[in-house]
Order: sequence, then C-alpha cells, then structure tokens
Amino acid sequence: MTTPAQPPATPDLLYSRDEEDLRAAVRALLADRADAPKVIAATESDTPYDQRLWSSLATGIGAAGLLVPEKLGGQGASHREAAVVLEELGRAVAPAPYLTSSVVATETLLALGAEGGPAAALLGELASGARTAVLAVPFATSPAGADPALASLDGTVRGVADAAAADVLLVPTAEGLYAVEAAGPGVAVQPLVPLDLTRPLAAVTLTGAAGTLLANADASATAVRRGLLAGAGLLASEQLGLAEWCLTETVRYTRERHQFNRPVGSFQSLKHRMAQLWLEVVSARAAARNAADALASSSPDAPLAVAVAQAYCSGVAVHAAEECVQLHGGIGMTWEHPAHLYLKRAKADSIGYGTAGRHRQTVAELTLLPAP
Amino acid sequence: MSPAVDAAEVRRRTRELLAAHPPATTDRTDFLRARFDAGLAWVHYPAGLGGLDAPRSLQQAVDAELAAADAPDNDPRRIGIGLGMAAPTILGFGTDEQKRRFLRPLWVGEEVWCQLFSEPGAGSDLAALATRAVQDGAGDWTVDGQKVWTSSAHLARWAILIARTDPDLPKHRGISYFICDMTDPGVEVRPLRQITGEAEFNEVFLTGVRIPDSHRLGPVGEGWKVAQTTLMNERVSIGGSRIPREGGMIGPVARTWRERPELRTPDTHQRLLTLWVEAEVARLTGERLRQQLVAGQPGPEGSGMKLAFARLNQEISGLEVELLGDEGLLYGDWTMSRPEFVDFTGRDAGYRYLRSKGNSIEGGTSEVLLNIVAERVLGLPSEPRNDKDVAWKDLSR
Repeated sequence: MTTPAQPPATPDLLYSRDEEDLRAAVRALLADRADAPKVIAATESDTPYDQRLWSSLATGIGAAGLLVPEKLGGQGASHREAAVVLEELGRAVAPAPYLTSSVVATETLLALGAEGGPAAALLGELASGARTAVLAVPFATSPAGADPALASLDGTVRGVADAAAADVLLVPTAEGLYAVEAAGPGVAVQPLVPLDLTRPLAAVTLTGAAGTLLANADASATAVRRGLLAGAGLLASEQLGLAEWCLTETVRYTRERHQFNRPVGSFQSLKHRMAQLWLEVVSARAAARNAADALASSSPDAPLAVAVAQAYCSGVAVHAAEECVQLHGGIGMTWEHPAHLYLKRAKADSIGYGTAGRHRQTVAELTLLPAP
Repeated sequence: MSPAVDAAEVRRRTRELLAAHPPATTDRTDFLRARFDAGLAWVHYPAGLGGLDAPRSLQQAVDAELAAADAPDNDPRRIGIGLGMAAPTILGFGTDEQKRRFLRPLWVGEEVWCQLFSEPGAGSDLAALATRAVQDGAGDWTVDGQKVWTSSAHLARWAILIARTDPDLPKHRGISYFICDMTDPGVEVRPLRQITGEAEFNEVFLTGVRIPDSHRLGPVGEGWKVAQTTLMNERVSIGGSRIPREGGMIGPVARTWRERPELRTPDTHQRLLTLWVEAEVARLTGERLRQQLVAGQPGPEGSGMKLAFARLNQEISGLEVELLGDEGLLYGDWTMSRPEFVDFTGRDAGYRYLRSKGNSIEGGTSEVLLNIVAERVLGLPSEPRNDKDVAWKDLSR
C-alpha cells in the first residue's frame, strides 16, 4: 500500500525582509485608516468599504497587484506577500475586498493564461485597484466542490462575498466563465444581512444579463478551482492575523484587569488557556506559511498544504476569538469593544471557502486515508 | 583563535578524517575518538573539545558526509542525557580540567551519564530538593539523600547532581551542582518498574557519598542557576533534523488504516483525520523552528513543541488502541525488562499508549510548561508565592 508523497521541497516558512517591510506599511496604513471605532462605524454605514483606505492599499502600497505579473500591470510578487497583507487585514478585521478581488478573482483570471484579450485587460484594472471583481460563487464554496451554480447568465447565486462593492462579476456557468458588469442591465445585487458585518454578502440575480465569455466550461472549472484554492490557502493567513490580535489583546487586558486583588492574568487557569492559545497561533503560522509558500511555488503539494492549513487555522481563529470574548468578561459582550467583530469574522471565515470538515475530506483523499 | 571555518573547510576535514581512519577497517571507538580529536564531534564546540568554534549549522554537512561513508555514529539515544544535558552544562560552567576530563568519553559514548535532579518530594517544585551535601574541612563533600525517575542510572558512569548545601537560605539559593561518581560505594541504584511493566527509570539512594570539591560545577550556592542551563537544554532538544511527513506516532496508525479496511469506522475516520492534520501542523511548526535556528533567529516555539507532541502522542496512541478493537485488548509483553533507551514509537499500540502518558510529565509537566510559556513568552504575571524569601529549613514539608 502506498503512503502519501513527501513534500517535494523544503518550504520556506520564514518571512523575508521585504515581506516584513510590506507588513509594516500595511499595518501603519490600517492603524491610521481602520482602527476599531472606524471599522465599527463603517459596518453601520451604507458604504461597506472606505474608498480612501482601498485606494491607499491598492495603489499607494500596490497590494492589489501582488499576484499579477508586471507585464500585466501588477507587482509580480507572489502568494507569500499577499499572505502577509491578509495577516494584517485579519489583524484589523478591516473591511476591504482584498481576498475576494485581489486574490480569488485575480487568481481565477490568471489561470486563464490570457495574453491580451478581455481577461488580461481586466487583470490590469484589478491590479491597479481601479476596479474590483468577485467570483460569483457562494462564499462557502470549497475548492474541491465548485460546480457552476448556473446553467447560463440567468438565475440567482446566494451568499457572494463582497459582491455589493464589485464592479465586475466573474460568473461560472455550465457554458463557461463570463465577465459581467455589475451595473449592467439584467443584473441585480441584493445585499443580505451577514453574520460578519465586515465582509458583506449579497445575492446576485441575473435576468438575461449580458457578459463577455472568458473561458469554455473546462477551462472555467480549472480556473475557478485555482481561484478558490488560492482563496482558501490565503484565508488561513487572515485567520492567523485575526487569532494573533485576539491573543495579544487578551493577554494585554488580563494583565491590567484586577479582580480578587490580583491581575486576572496571574490566575493559572487563565494563564494555561492563553498559553495553549499561543501554541495554536504559532502552529497556525507554520501551517499558513506552508500553504502560502506552496501556492507561491506552484508546488504539487499545494492542494494538501491548503487543505491542512484550512482544516487547522479555521478552528484556531474561532477558538482565539471565543477566548477573547470570554476572558474579557462583560466587556467582551459589548458592541463598543471590537471583540465581537473578530468573533463574527472568525466564525464566518470558518465556513468561507469550505469548512474544516470539508477540508479534512480533501486531506483524506490526498493522503490515501479513505472513509470506511 | 582558529581560522574562520566554513562548509567547505568542514567537508575537507571530514574527508581527511575518513581517509586517515577508513570506517570499514577502524575500530568503532577509535574512529569516534579520532572524530572528536578532529573537531568534528560537535563543530560549534571549542577547538580542542571536539569542535571547531564553527556555526552549529555546519554540523549537518559533517553528518551527511559521515553517513554517506557509513561511518559509525555515537548512538545518541543511549547517551542522550550526557549529550543533551551534561555536556552543555560542563561547557558552560566547568573548569578547563573538567572539560578536558569529561567531554571526550562522554561524546564517544565510553562513559554514560545520568541526571540526579528529581526527588520524591521535589518534582515540578524541583528547588524544594532535600538531598544534602555537607563540606568537610578539606573542602570535599558528603552527600546523603534520595533521587528518583533517573533514566540510565544503572548504565551510568557519571551523574550530574544538585544538592542542598545551605538549608538556612531560601530554597533557590542554597543549592550547589556536582558531578557524582556512580561507582562510589554509597550510590545504590534500584529499578523502578513503571506503568508499561518495564523499568526504564531508577530510584537512586545516596548514602555518605564522597564528592571531591574538584567535581563541583559552578560556585557554591549557585547550583540553581547552573541547573537552569541543563533544563533549558533538556526542553529545547528540537533542532537539527527534519521530520518526514507521517514521521511520528501518526505513521503506524495511518499505515494500519490503509492496510486494514475492516477496522475503519466513521468515528475513527474523523478522529484520525483531525490528528493527521494536527501532526502535520506540528511537523511544520518544528520545521519552522528549525529554519529560525538556522537563520540565527531562535523563536520561543521550542517551549511549546514538547506540549504539542505530548498531547498528540497521547491522543494518537489512544485512537490506535481503540482502532485495533479486539487486538487493542491485548498487550505485547509484561515481562520486567530494563531497556537501554526509551523507544517511544517502538513496540505495540498498547505500549505506545501507556508510555506516552509520561510525555506530559517527564522533562517538565505540561502544567509547568504552560506556566513557563504564559510567564516568559506572553509576559503574564506569576502566581503569588509564599516560599520565595523563607529559609528552606523553615518551609513546611
């Protein structure tokens, strides 16, 4: 009986100097434009995204085009750098269509390998941050289970993340992959009330809409799978950043908060919970870095690296956010304190691009550990 | 000061060693002695003490060359305590004479070491130890007390020992650190049979054991500080080698799953996959730690790895026994034996299940390690302590 393949090369699990510089730039921008009160205010406004934040991130830092080759107008960087951006976005639970537009939609278009043509033109626009696009599939879709929801440009797709702010919808159908202008005739984007207010969801209804066919059915399926694989893999980095914030803030709070004439962080029962969480966070970092590196190097190990990262990091983010709420006591239950933003994002992320259980199923297939 | 040593230089020296002492025709011990004298035992150690003052990472080049030439190795499992704990402590605190006397036979494996730290009344609270060392007029010491959980004591020539030298001081301050001769007539080693049926550990009774002052490591009363070096090296034993995928305890369970479809159930499938993912993530965390060390940026992850592996080993081996069903009701062999080293993944599922219970106790309990992570890594406050400034003799026991 065969055993699963060893990873083909040693992954680079550290951060480069350039990656740390990129992190510092993104973190400084988010501290300025997306602190907790601003994020809470944004979720209560009609405009889910702060356009100035997005253009600073996309054009000022050039984050939107990290995955896009320079000849197509991007930065020619890789998933490793994009993962660092997502760590910081997760740490700030910043509302920005980065994962959906700059990673999933971008990667889907890149998979078409178009030299020139409409896909290349659109990639250039996404890379500059001038426009955003989303893949019109439910946010819960896992890379392993992405059959097109529509037969043609007619019908409704529910639970599409960031659709309400997107300029272009990439719609996989049984006929192939279409690019559809969100503001065009026959397109209705109906916002839904999401659990996670920092990542808006919408139902997309197409009624005889017009679109540009970018790929036939087979090429579409391959491209969508690749887009979702990148999305799932880099979502792990968002979950890592989120979990880190929760741990750091919880440690800070329990060091300062006194009860029973002691800092509550000196009680062993609480210390052990935070130490356990720390161990989960450093483990999540290794798993998320491994997925980002495997995607960046187009490693044959990438599907397994992504499934492992998602199967692990989802739970860590939820655990960290739940502990954050609990160890903050009553304050953790209030609307003013940002803990709830993290809990909502973490729980929604645990469903996004496939649940941990769905990814474990993928692990079972790839490691030859079949179900009974 | 030796000239700068790089990978090419290390390889050149290794080939020279192999040419002068062909492994096929050289006695094992002679080869290991020559390797030590060539500075290729642990290249980061000082020249003259088995090393070349070279970066630790160059050891991999040496080991690869020697393995390719099928050269004998120094069996680190049997002498793990000497290599991992006694050696760095002697290097850090020993006199020149002590380093010259002890390091070579230790590394070659001619002299096995054990560690006389834990006592029946001082386990996790190690500084509470009661073994006494009293100094005579000539400056030499007489030791009386009892130690426990001592691996390899029945094989050891030497021991590192901590003992109380001043009961009037608070418990951390009245301790000194010694090298104890295990062949002294006052040393009695008794096997301690364990949960697995075998006696891998010992109790050690010390009665009027004479230790010359030249076998003291570090200043009188500074033993706790010296012991910290030993304990740090015990817990940060991860580093050198990469673990392959499915390299730990998950390996045998995964193989059983693949080869024996009749054992599979939906419940065990879910648990197996969860643990497979956790084992893979632990492997990656260890790999990341290794890369940090090589890059000269050691992270605090090492403190957590033992915690992770202890829990995983216990859960995986527990699943394995259950997966085996009828066979899980059986046990390989209860005959009392005294193994030369611990083989965590060896023997059968029942043994692995029982032995892994020790993983969260030995070398610092998981509870103590969680405290260490919480206080030293996260900076959380310590619990109030009422024994810090009280003389050891006045503590309630």
